[in-house]
Amino acid sequence: MKISREDVLRVAELAYLDLSEAEIETYRKQLDDILEYAGKLNELDTHSVEPMAQVMTDDQNADATLREDLVVPCGAVAEEVLAQAPDPEPPYFRVPKVIER
Amino acid sequence: MTANWTIEGVREAVAAKKVSARELAGEFYKRIEARNTELNAFLTLSPERAYAQAERVDAMVAAGKPLPPLAGVPVAIKDVISTRGIRTTCGSKILEKYVPPYDATAVERLEKAGAVILGKTNCDEFAMGSSNENSAYGPVRNPEATDHVPGGSSGGSAAAVAAGLAVAALGTDTGGSIRQPGAFCGVPAMMGSYGRVSRYGLIAFASSLDRIGPFARNVKDVASVLQIISGRDPQDSTSTTAPVPDYRAETEKPVKGLRIGIPTEYFGAGMDDGVRKKIEAGIELFKKLGCKLLDIHMPHTDYAIATYYIIATAEASSNLARYDGVRYGLRVEGDSLLSMYRKTRGAGFGAEVKRRIMLGTYVLSAGYYDDYYLKGQKVRALIAQDFQDAFTKVDAIVTPTSPVPAFRLGERTNDPLQMYLADIYTVTGSLAGVPGISIPCGKVCGKLPVGLQIFGRPFGEARVLQLAHAFERAGGADL
Repeated sequence: MKISREDVLRVAELAYLDLSEAEIETYRKQLDDILEYAGKLNELDTHSVEPMAQVMTDDQNADATLREDLVVPCGAVAEEVLAQAPDPEPPYFRVPKVIER
Repeated sequence: MTANWTIEGVREAVAAKKVSARELAGEFYKRIEARNTELNAFLTLSPERAYAQAERVDAMVAAGKPLPPLAGVPVAIKDVISTRGIRTTCGSKILEKYVPPYDATAVERLEKAGAVILGKTNCDEFAMGSSNENSAYGPVRNPEATDHVPGGSSGGSAAAVAAGLAVAALGTDTGGSIRQPGAFCGVPAMMGSYGRVSRYGLIAFASSLDRIGPFARNVKDVASVLQIISGRDPQDSTSTTAPVPDYRAETEKPVKGLRIGIPTEYFGAGMDDGVRKKIEAGIELFKKLGCKLLDIHMPHTDYAIATYYIIATAEASSNLARYDGVRYGLRVEGDSLLSMYRKTRGAGFGAEVKRRIMLGTYVLSAGYYDDYYLKGQKVRALIAQDFQDAFTKVDAIVTPTSPVPAFRLGERTNDPLQMYLADIYTVTGSLAGVPGISIPCGKVCGKLPVGLQIFGRPFGEARVLQLAHAFERAGGADL
């Protein structure tokens, strides 16, 4: 067994996910199965292999270098963006109080 | 009216004033009304925007102006692609009421080319799934066999095109989510190379893998839509400046003498016998068309599922951190900011999305990063190398799209690992960034479509489309 109940609780805490008791046990078992299966990658010797984060090579990508830092107009307007917020206080997003005193 | 409209058919009929774009949109809304209760392919319809666009096309016809390539063509858009003013849920409760303030580049380009956007199609939540059963709005049914899944995650787009509820549709593919539902519903479905189509406005699942691509009723129409949505977009730094060929014209080029690689690793255990027979018949058909068949080896194929589910979930756990109840979507109040985050995400995400966020968070966490995420990135390089090596010997690679035909609703929902393993033939090309298409290759059990997959070199979409078109013209769909 790779994954304990404590592992599940630790990961849920890192990911900000409230889980029910039933979910905790289900995910423990399922993550355990999946990671057990993923262990097959250790059959491969990858010491001399460079990790691949991106499939495109620089010559395929015109923007491999950074663009000029210019101000350009944005298609979306602030009112429309704020209208999607659960608790807007234009021009701000409001969140529960984070400072005690 | 014609049951099976194609892009060319629509253009000709609209140009000759046999039908107006407005009448055609109305006809498709009638079809949707008749079938959608059963199929659940559409989540949101956008008649106001569709009719306004149709009237613009009709005005061009009336004024005798030259018509753009998709003039009046009714299309459907997967609900993970942003549409300004049209609700975009990603198949999730967390975005149930979300209305994007901007259009994805692919949507903007389709409309500029004259397409009429009918509405948004159902999909697995945040495109995570292979059966469409992970949608918070209920599963889509396969129009070819309604007690079966349409495949996923772009199940709604595949079903809409297969059932004649749209002439073409956009889906997204991260590990097979265009090609596999295309195979299950019996329609051609393509993902271009990574970087071919702008991802601007595609709500991110796994950014190094996500691609937008078309479903249509035939390969030429797939080519037409791909051509419109391809090309450089300054809003997506990973979209390339590589020139966009005339894909539709390219489909006509001869395929005689092309070398097709058949990777042994894609024909191992676990494949349905009926599917195997159809794919073998499909390979024979390429031989009859004058292609040279070569057995090849892609030795890291068996490691692709593990690699994919590490990399995709790692990226997803990061991308989905944005759903925190602050700027958009659901909020569930808590007694502190952190408790609000936890409650919102716990209530807003479905089981599969939570499972993937958990897995992705785990493989990126301190102590496990090197063993899983870094290891996965290294094996990804080996899988990409398999493709590079193969393409020194062959012009294209032919495989099954899926080891099995569409399964029954509910048949595979209890074991996520078994569901993941069904993606075995599609995730490889996703990791390598190469273009791939699934095309119909006969049916099994008298009704369930089989998909044949063709991979090409990076930015070799034209070659893939040539082979697919030749296959289709030679009767591949009826094998």
